Amino acid sequence: MPCSPDSPVAQETPDSDPRTEDWRRRLDCAFEPVQSMFADGLTAAREQLGEAALAAYIDAARLLCKLGRGAEPVLAFLEGWPTVCQCLGHGSLDLVLTWVRNIQRTPNGDVLGAFFQALPATAVALGSPELLAAYLDLLMEVAQQSSPSIHRRHAILPSRALPELIRRAPPLLAQVNLHGLREWARHGLRHYAKNPERQADYFALQSADSRALFQSQRQGTLLRAHERQLDCSLRALWGDPVALISYSEAFDQLRRPQPYADANGFHLPDLRVDRNGVSGLDQYRLTLAHLAAHRRYTRALAADNVSPFQRMSIECLEDARVDTLVLKRFPGLRKPLLALHPRPEEEACDPTRESCIRHRMTMLSRAILDADHGYRNPVTRQFAELFHAQLRQGPSDTASMAALAKEYLIASRQPSDAFAQVYFTDTEVPYRDDNRLLWYFTDLDDESEDHTTAAPPPTAPASLVHHYPEWDYVTHSYLADWVSLYEHLHSRGRAEDIEQLLHRHTGLVKRLERILAQLTPQDRERLRHQEDGSELDLDWAVRSWIDHRCRRNADTRINQSVRQVRRDLAVSLLLDLSASLGDPVQGGSSAQSVLSLAQEAVAVLAWAIDRLGDPFAIAGFHSNTRHEARYWHIKGFSEAWRDEPRARLAALEAGYSTRMGVALRHAGHYLSGQKKDKRLLLILTDGQPADIDVSDPDFLIADTRQAVLELERDGILCHCISLDPHADDYVRKIFGKRFSIIDRVERLPEKLPEIFLTLTA
Amino acid sequence: MVQSDVLYDYRVHREPYYRPQGDEIALFLAAYKRRLPVMVKGPTGCGKSRFVEYMAWKLGKPLLTVACNEDMTAADLVGRWLLDADGTRWQDGMLTLAARHGGICYLDEIVEARQDSAVVIHPLTDHRRQLPLDKKGELVQAHPDFQLVISYNPGYQSVMKDLKQSTKQRFTAFRFDYPSAEVESEILVRETSIDPELAPRLIDLATSARRLKGHGLDEGISTRLLVYAASLMADGVGARQACRMALIDPLTDDDDIRATLEHAIDALFP
Ligand SMILES: Nc1ncnc2c1ncn2[C@@H]1O[C@H](COP(=O)(O)OP(=O)(O)OP(=O)(O)O)[C@@H](O)[C@H]1O
Ligand SMILES: [Mg+2]
Repeated sequence: MPCSPDSPVAQETPDSDPRTEDWRRRLDCAFEPVQSMFADGLTAAREQLGEAALAAYIDAARLLCKLGRGAEPVLAFLEGWPTVCQCLGHGSLDLVLTWVRNIQRTPNGDVLGAFFQALPATAVALGSPELLAAYLDLLMEVAQQSSPSIHRRHAILPSRALPELIRRAPPLLAQVNLHGLREWARHGLRHYAKNPERQADYFALQSADSRALFQSQRQGTLLRAHERQLDCSLRALWGDPVALISYSEAFDQLRRPQPYADANGFHLPDLRVDRNGVSGLDQYRLTLAHLAAHRRYTRALAADNVSPFQRMSIECLEDARVDTLVLKRFPGLRKPLLALHPRPEEEACDPTRESCIRHRMTMLSRAILDADHGYRNPVTRQFAELFHAQLRQGPSDTASMAALAKEYLIASRQPSDAFAQVYFTDTEVPYRDDNRLLWYFTDLDDESEDHTTAAPPPTAPASLVHHYPEWDYVTHSYLADWVSLYEHLHSRGRAEDIEQLLHRHTGLVKRLERILAQLTPQDRERLRHQEDGSELDLDWAVRSWIDHRCRRNADTRINQSVRQVRRDLAVSLLLDLSASLGDPVQGGSSAQSVLSLAQEAVAVLAWAIDRLGDPFAIAGFHSNTRHEARYWHIKGFSEAWRDEPRARLAALEAGYSTRMGVALRHAGHYLSGQKKDKRLLLILTDGQPADIDVSDPDFLIADTRQAVLELERDGILCHCISLDPHADDYVRKIFGKRFSIIDRVERLPEKLPEIFLTLTA
Repeated sequence: MVQSDVLYDYRVHREPYYRPQGDEIALFLAAYKRRLPVMVKGPTGCGKSRFVEYMAWKLGKPLLTVACNEDMTAADLVGRWLLDADGTRWQDGMLTLAARHGGICYLDEIVEARQDSAVVIHPLTDHRRQLPLDKKGELVQAHPDFQLVISYNPGYQSVMKDLKQSTKQRFTAFRFDYPSAEVESEILVRETSIDPELAPRLIDLATSARRLKGHGLDEGISTRLLVYAASLMADGVGARQACRMALIDPLTDDDDIRATLEHAIDALFP
């Protein structure tokens, strides 16, 4: 840090100093608020600037006063300049004043108040006069290019982007360097040149592209870039996959949220910068290990009747316990963990002036985790020892930690603990979470979930009605004709759209083409006893040889050759069209929905199957209670993969729920009509079977399982492709080992054909 | 008794190391007593072949192993006419050899064979225990010691590569899986004399990787690969290099999975 924003504590001043009045005259500024703050402001400024620089300071303020932009720029300058000056030196004053004169010549003079308001923090973030100069240039560039003008020459209206940029610069510069800020700003200038309103939104970070672009300028490790890897780590190391959800620290400067766990998953910052030699990725891993260990070892405690200090102390020991258990399983994590865990100086906190409670507990935590802590405090040493004695018996538990923590609090209590001023330096353990799941409150109401059903019904054209049974696992019997299934021809969109999707994947299509070409061994048939052929058919050759030797007529068909045969396979592809498919892809940058990805994937797959020549059908399904299950015909076995079915695929819409069993039965009904050796039913879905009239989640799972068994009995193999990364449990229940889970939905277009090809290779 | 031992080369002379996972040895003996055909199923490298080899040794019978593949024809199993200086000569295939002289014929990875080749085993697996050699015009009656064993890895996802029901239903089955952690680490120590402290860490790594099956990995790390890694480590190769070479690189080219496993190595081996 080249400089710090904190100004030294102002000293007491005598009431009225004759020199102050001299300066006041020199300032010559009649604004009432300026007059009233002047005496105090001057004293503080004199402290920081020194007498010598004071004249230039006052003259600059005088200039600002005469600009006709009101009191605000003057006030902000008088208050803020000393900090700027401390940080960047006196020389920067000229830079700033030159810029002020230039901006005055544009219609943007009103921005000066905001400019001087933000200047101290901006200066701190920039840290050098050179960067300040570059920053001022950037502001000028933005002013010129974003002010609406006539004939691109005479700016007539003030820029709406400029004040936004100026106001936001300090927090933004805390995350990107000036270069990054400039790249981001230039993008906004270029892309919204004709639309000042949207441009202002861009600079205010209101638009999605602006945020995304800004993120990409940030340095460090992006969670999104490593999400799958971290997900795999959780699964592999802990056998405990949990959803990872990112939050941004970028737009939330006030309170820096800590990682946390809740019912939805693990919440992690979207970006981690390297710290103490530990890469952002390793920091994420450590946080995940800590959170996963909490999930495994921590049992929540009642928060009622626990004082705030007790909570703090219990959390400290419980955190230390789970960390200890992590290190026991994964000793290789010790190095990064100790590099991140602060190591407060033992004497750094003065218990006569401030509360040392955080300091003390961080030291205890350090002492527990680091054998070479070197702390001398006997209570710290004693409790670290007691802690280890506990853990030598086994993993111990949260309740024992709570007991130990309470004892520690008593043994280490200091009168200053309750002081308002708390010593904070080196007391934050960055890889830990906020422990919100460690506590439960007995008087809290359960939140009731509300089920929202989505999307208006796709208008239903003429349909056929079928009735299917459903399996009731409780009574172990079928409910006859329980579900009404309406089958429709899907409406049509533009077939060209599907063609275009294929074009988007030319790379993939090329790769598949190669694979398809190689996909031969299984569909080769050896033709023996041939006149011509690629190689000698030994058995026939020998036979002829014998005949020849016996002077009989020798058969000349002694070759064999290889012929391609059609694969004896029929495929039916069933698409889940429930409402959730309409959701945007999680973590994806664009607003693409899962459904549109599925369309792409199916387009590629259909192309591939068509190339192979296997007969195939495509249908979609969803449901709105058992009285209204829908089955959308997209392509039938006898239809060619031409414009009609493609147009239907292009028109898919998502809505309603997922009643899977009945759809499987119906698709199976058609598939069993195909006289083929192998019959494969692929089902693409993003969640478990569910419908709004069924409250028992196991009911439809059991029914779907039953449907799969029925089909298997009829010689139809069902294979599920699930887009729910946490589907293992129920998918396995339903499909046994016949399923694939796609953790990264964006990769569906390449994965789907890949799965199909391995399934039928 | 003086008759020379045609199958001498196929005898298992030294006791193979086999660590039982359960009561499979006794059950195999029972199956052999009745000469029931046996199918051993399980993921690759979990000890199926080792088990069969051990049983052959224990029973004192020759073991004739055929690694099946899709280019294999029925003639490879049954036998064929060959040309030589004097004309033609019949040569028994492995299956015929075992059936004629009384050995255990082990068809490894039978699903890899084309289905029409696989069906030649059918007549040997029912009560007739006969093998017709159509081309030679001979009907071989199986030797009383003969037994048929096949291995089968159900992990294949391909619906094309599944055994026909009519084939499956001729065998008794032994279902194998990767051994439990303790057993597996015992195997590593016995097979490679790796430091007994390090073996469980290797197993932890394998467990981690096995959890990724279906999430980027088609198969988990096999016991066989663990044995490789352990033997490298026993010879002084660093854990990191040994694991990468024997456990990660053979398994995957998926960058995320690789990174995950490398991190697991770092976390497990300080
Ligand atoms: N129970 C066991 N006792 C001793 N060694 C074992 C055992 N299980 C596995 N191994 C070790 O694992 C290695 C691989 O086992 P094996 O070759 O029998 O696998 P497999 O199941 O036949 O695999 P594949 O299906 O690929 O042929 C063996 O060489 C041996 O070192
Ligand atoms: Mg084997």
